[in-house]
Amino acid sequence: MATRRPQDPDAVLTVEHLTMRFGGLTAVDDLSFRVGRGDITALIGPNGAGKTTVFNCITGFYRPSEGMLTLRHADGSAHLLERLPNHAVNRRAGVARTFQNIRLFSGMTVLENLMVAQHAPLMRASGYTLFGLLGLSGYRRAEAAAIERAKAWLERIDLLARADDPAGDLPYGDQRRLEIARAMCTGPALLCLDEPAAGLNPRESADLARLLRHIRDDHATSVLLIEHDMAVVMEISDHVIVLDYGQKIADGAPAEIREDPRVIAAYLGVEDEEIAQVDAEVGLTIPVAEGAGA
Amino acid sequence: MAAAPAPPAALLKDAGLFALVAFGLSVPIVSYRTDLGASGLELTPRWGLVASLCAAVFLLRIAQRLVLDRRAARAARTPAPHQASEAASAEPKAGRSLSQLGLSRLGLPLFVGFALTLPLVAALATGGLSPARYWIDLGILILTYVMLGWGLNIVVGLAGLLDLGYVAFYAVGAYSYALLSTVFGLSFWICLPLAGLFAGLWGVMLGFPVLRLRGDYLAIVTLAFGEIIRLVLINWGEVTGGSAGITSIPRATFFGVPFKAGPDGFSALVGLAFDPMHRIVFLYYLILALALITSLVTLRLRRLPIGRAWEALREDEIACRALGIDTTKTKLTAFALGAMFGGFAGSFFAVRQGFVSPESFNFLESAIILAIVVLGGMGSQFGVAVAAVAMVGGPELLRNLGFLKSVFGEGFDPNEFRLLLFGLAMVAMMIWRPRGLISDRIPTVALGRRKAIGKDLVREGHG
Repeated sequence: MATRRPQDPDAVLTVEHLTMRFGGLTAVDDLSFRVGRGDITALIGPNGAGKTTVFNCITGFYRPSEGMLTLRHADGSAHLLERLPNHAVNRRAGVARTFQNIRLFSGMTVLENLMVAQHAPLMRASGYTLFGLLGLSGYRRAEAAAIERAKAWLERIDLLARADDPAGDLPYGDQRRLEIARAMCTGPALLCLDEPAAGLNPRESADLARLLRHIRDDHATSVLLIEHDMAVVMEISDHVIVLDYGQKIADGAPAEIREDPRVIAAYLGVEDEEIAQVDAEVGLTIPVAEGAGA
Repeated sequence: MAAAPAPPAALLKDAGLFALVAFGLSVPIVSYRTDLGASGLELTPRWGLVASLCAAVFLLRIAQRLVLDRRAARAARTPAPHQASEAASAEPKAGRSLSQLGLSRLGLPLFVGFALTLPLVAALATGGLSPARYWIDLGILILTYVMLGWGLNIVVGLAGLLDLGYVAFYAVGAYSYALLSTVFGLSFWICLPLAGLFAGLWGVMLGFPVLRLRGDYLAIVTLAFGEIIRLVLINWGEVTGGSAGITSIPRATFFGVPFKAGPDGFSALVGLAFDPMHRIVFLYYLILALALITSLVTLRLRRLPIGRAWEALREDEIACRALGIDTTKTKLTAFALGAMFGGFAGSFFAVRQGFVSPESFNFLESAIILAIVVLGGMGSQFGVAVAAVAMVGGPELLRNLGFLKSVFGEGFDPNEFRLLLFGLAMVAMMIWRPRGLISDRIPTVALGRRKAIGKDLVREGHG
């Protein structure tokens, strides 16, 4: 599973020379990588490596200090993400995201959360509110279709029975899955997940892995995720990029990353010369798993 | 708050502390009465009054503690259903009354039914239209505030944007009608939509620079905008008439037919004897219709994508942007629509008074309208209506509490205590219903039955 070849060699997202400075601090330093179309790509690294900063640059929350972020759709159209306003990154370029600390609309129901995600097509169908206000049938049809779409996703994440409950009332794991479903309701080409498995128990993590594979295989959506849970990363990702101190230190298939001495060094915080010694003490795979807990 | 009732000693100490504070406050204010006598200032000691005040505070505090402790104990015994699973809202809640959903569903039709029949009821109860004038005028006043509350509710209650200068749009609407009718001679029915349009335009103009601000900053800038409009109205004398205002604004007509005695008046048209009250009753139904339009449009908008986007914006602006919602435009539409309804209300105000001046549009008005929205429960139509009745009708009611004179003696004027009682009522609300009368939220769409969402989950917005 882990060595699956990319379906399409051309990248959905190309990041070139991305640099993000906050005052004197360089959080991301001349970073370049590609996210393959139809892949699940994982972005890993120790705490403070700049992963979330990269996400915020990709999704338009930060404007990069330097660099170019190109998103290519399957039809060949391209968007330069760093030039788009925040909301247009989702609406026009088709990049959806979730947040490290879940950001659901907690006072709205589960179904309403998914309806808000379909804002743009529903706005068009309601004639920018005018037709909807008059109660024309075109909007009613569009709304029914949106509800059907939301129901399909709720079925997929096993929350159909709780559709009318407030989102803030859901248990943590359900909230995580709902946030992913909500992002998917925008019909994205690239889905960015910020630590989707944080706080999940092993069974929920397995459900999540299934959901992500379903998204990759059945929805023509590529996935880019930040994750600390190495079990999840190694199981589902097709490609892993490792950051440390804002720079890329490794890039490749999960099996290669697992063996990469620089990655082990970054996670264990030892000098390259000491790797052999560390290997002897703890073995090769354990350090990575330990890094997940760090 | 302690779940177990406090021991008596602690209770007495707490109440004693309150009494001490009351003593400290009442010494400079109450202890001596100052009269201007023949030989200068005469001091009359009133230590008995101070003592009874402190005693009252002492006893009231004990009673309050007893009641609150019992409530807290009860709340602690009944944990919320989702308490076990969700850390974010783990604080125990008092049982939410189930009747609230029914109240907010049935409340609005009941309110509308009562409002529709009020002139008839008042006329029957007082024995004629003219004696009922006071009640119908009061109804008009209350309905104006209901409409303003419903309009501001779009901005504050749905979109979660704190607007302290809403009265500016009310003023724009009023002056639009006043100027268009006196200068260009346009009729009320042409001016009404124009006034709403102008106010909405001002909403957009204010919104563009302001809506990048959040929370307290937004509140301060909207407050300033309200003041700017008022100051412009005072100082731009050639156009607005300065602080003297604009007088002799044409009165409302019955769709072109004036309310006057004579062959071409309204009474002749419908074949009634002329009565000046016809105009008042017409104005009453006019503002009722305007308020209902505001309410219906708001209810409808809530179920459209734009309304859901407003509420989503109130819940979490960052998540909205991540979902491709243009937050600036969404906020602007809320601002403009709220302003438009304020403009409608303003032009009604002008046609009813026949006179506008900057005095009517001071900050207090904004504060009252905002208080109505907050008191009613942000986002709740019925709550806002009830709050408007309480906020506007309540003080009026106090004017008429003549029977209190028989209790407190002939010198007692309940009118003097209006604001005091008002303040007490506000404090009580803050203690018992800090999120307004009706704080639950009804979902806009549901697969099954709509269930009210508790106030502890619904966010209030942060600008």
